[in-house]
Amino acid sequence: MQHYMEPAPVKIKYFTPGVIFISLIALNGIIFLLGRFIFGIGAVTNLNNQYPWGIWIGLDVGAGVALAAGGFTTAALGHIFHKDKYEVITRPALLTAMLGYTFVAMGVFTDIGRWYYIWHPLVFWNHSSPLFEVGICVMFYLTVLYIEFLPVVTERFIGNVKLPGALKRLNRPVDKLLRALDRGLDKTMFIFIIAGVVLSCLHQSSLGTLMVIAHSKMHPLWETPILPLLFLLSAFSVGFPMVIMESIAASRSFGLKPEKEVLSGLAGYVAPLLGVYLAFKIGDMAIRDTFKYLTEFNLQSVMFTIEVVVGFIIPFRMFMSKAVRESTTGLFIASFLVIFGVFLNRFNNFVIAYKPPYILDVYIPSFGEISVTLGFIAIEILLYRLLVRIFPVISQPNYGAAASAKFEIKGGSK
Amino acid sequence: MQSRREFLKTSALIGAATMGVSAVSNSKLKAASPESAAPAEHMGVLVDSTLCIGCRKCEWACKGAHGLPQGDFDSYEDRSVFKKMRRPDDTALTIVNEYKPNNLGDPDFDVKIQCMHCEHPACVSACIVGALSKEENGAVIWDTDKCIGCRYCMVACPFQVPAFEYQKALDPKIMKCDFCFDRQKEGKLPACVEICPVEALVFGKRVDLLEEAHRRLKNYPDKYFNHVYGEYEVGGTSWLYIGSENLSGKVFPKLGTETAPGVTESIQHGLFAYFVPPVALYALLGGIMYLTKKNEEED
Ligand code: SF4
Ligand code: SF4
Repeated sequence: MQHYMEPAPVKIKYFTPGVIFISLIALNGIIFLLGRFIFGIGAVTNLNNQYPWGIWIGLDVGAGVALAAGGFTTAALGHIFHKDKYEVITRPALLTAMLGYTFVAMGVFTDIGRWYYIWHPLVFWNHSSPLFEVGICVMFYLTVLYIEFLPVVTERFIGNVKLPGALKRLNRPVDKLLRALDRGLDKTMFIFIIAGVVLSCLHQSSLGTLMVIAHSKMHPLWETPILPLLFLLSAFSVGFPMVIMESIAASRSFGLKPEKEVLSGLAGYVAPLLGVYLAFKIGDMAIRDTFKYLTEFNLQSVMFTIEVVVGFIIPFRMFMSKAVRESTTGLFIASFLVIFGVFLNRFNNFVIAYKPPYILDVYIPSFGEISVTLGFIAIEILLYRLLVRIFPVISQPNYGAAASAKFEIKGGSK
Repeated sequence: MQSRREFLKTSALIGAATMGVSAVSNSKLKAASPESAAPAEHMGVLVDSTLCIGCRKCEWACKGAHGLPQGDFDSYEDRSVFKKMRRPDDTALTIVNEYKPNNLGDPDFDVKIQCMHCEHPACVSACIVGALSKEENGAVIWDTDKCIGCRYCMVACPFQVPAFEYQKALDPKIMKCDFCFDRQKEGKLPACVEICPVEALVFGKRVDLLEEAHRRLKNYPDKYFNHVYGEYEVGGTSWLYIGSENLSGKVFPKLGTETAPGVTESIQHGLFAYFVPPVALYALLGGIMYLTKKNEEED
């Protein structure tokens, strides 16, 4: 295995004007978040008895889980199907998934009325509830993601443990411990990698099952018993675009050259995946005869059209073109569109499609809700920037300063 | 009860029917999905909206029975509240709405609304921690010690009933009619039924109420629209309604006869049938991982 690129901590200044701006958004979010915990959900959100779920579930959780799909899709490609050339992107994708899911959990924690009972699903089981399954799978998957990230931590500190002051004497034992941990992980990592993919498939689809029980309240453009399948297929489709966009954005921000060859390769998988999704979506609509709802002009039909045309069909066509797949700008735009499409799809499914039979007040997300959602995204970006400076995540040309080659990616290489 | 037993004996449905002969006297029985069958011990209430005078005493009694601020007894005589359609919420677990008749000239009619206590409740099936349960007497009740406040029950309920105390930072509750579960345990009637001055609400075994409902529909075909709302809707509800016109689509949502959680439960149980699908996927991925690795080593 020849590595001309090596994951290494990136050497950049943390604060730039952009980062300061993002910090302000994060701060604004934190203020409203405090408001939610001190004064209750009603004080910050516009949720009511007709609309029990808003953007915190639709975006923070629904879209959050889908957009973190880069983690399990690249893990499957790189570690399970052993397409080695993609190993360079498994780490950034893993980090994004880890952060993404952490904030999905934060979103749930914020949205549920009794956050101090968040552990209840571990004790009180309701097998018939898809939400129970989503909850359990997300908890386990989050644990798996942290375990998968551990080798990156051990790699960073093995032979490099420098505890301050009196703790110095512990340097050697800690180093030994890390090495033992690393060896243990090395041998068992494949278990976690496969588990991560299985858990992902389960909860990505069950997230779609959530709205099936509310079928009488759902707009027919989205309502279908195959929602779980559609959610799974769209999660497959959005995984690689997410990695591509993130790679391009990160390299720009860190002053590196994007790995065109790898990204173009990844892009090759996107059109077929999108195609399968579209085939099922359109086929289902034809069978259930729901195209007729598109002739009505209302919020639902407009949102649906934007979602499917801008977010799925246009990028599907773009990813089919070789020219697009080989241009950084083309890749960026096409990937962005898919991400937009899946993001909108989750928002539409959880918020726009939900039409309660008795509407007393319509739901429009409050400034506070939007602030918290944006705040979470901002904190995620800030943490990402912080972590790639500390840990060897982003692959860079090996100038010798990079981490020792001995500890490269462990996952699945056994 | 005796005649019912006799009937059962001769019925072609003996055996299969055992407990859930929900509508023995109803000729529609053969067409009914098996889901409409409810255990015979389930209690219910028959609401006859042609009798309801809109006095809203049930609202007052309900609040009293559930420790909610009741306000002045006389204030309930104010009929101006009927100008707006209301919904049960965290301050009132039941409310009475007034509806304009389809035929101009007919009198307005009033309908009391609360949790329907579905025979196959979506809320119970959906709740992440099983905080909602269908009790032996038919009541669907909520357990404050389990609920995490996710509000999925509200998303799931086809009648849009459960409400949430959004204004509370600590221990917000899911608020909905509990069929006076505690009062029933003490042998008392539900508070609303007890106070109703005109017997617009009749409490009893669901099977008997259905019989009574159909008796009224048959005896007074001019007075009633021939439909018992709740007999088959979403697989049946413990609360049953009859009225001068079709309540489906006007007072209540138009719902099919299939149970609300049916599709979801078959998806869930299909996916997790003895954990076979997840384990099979695990094995498949493990196999691929092993084989591709081997290929690579051979290359
Ligand atoms: S009406 Fe709604 S809250 Fe009441 S039992 Fe049925 S699903 Fe549950
Ligand atoms: S809000 Fe409470 S009762 Fe309702 S589904 Fe969630 S945990 Fe269950």
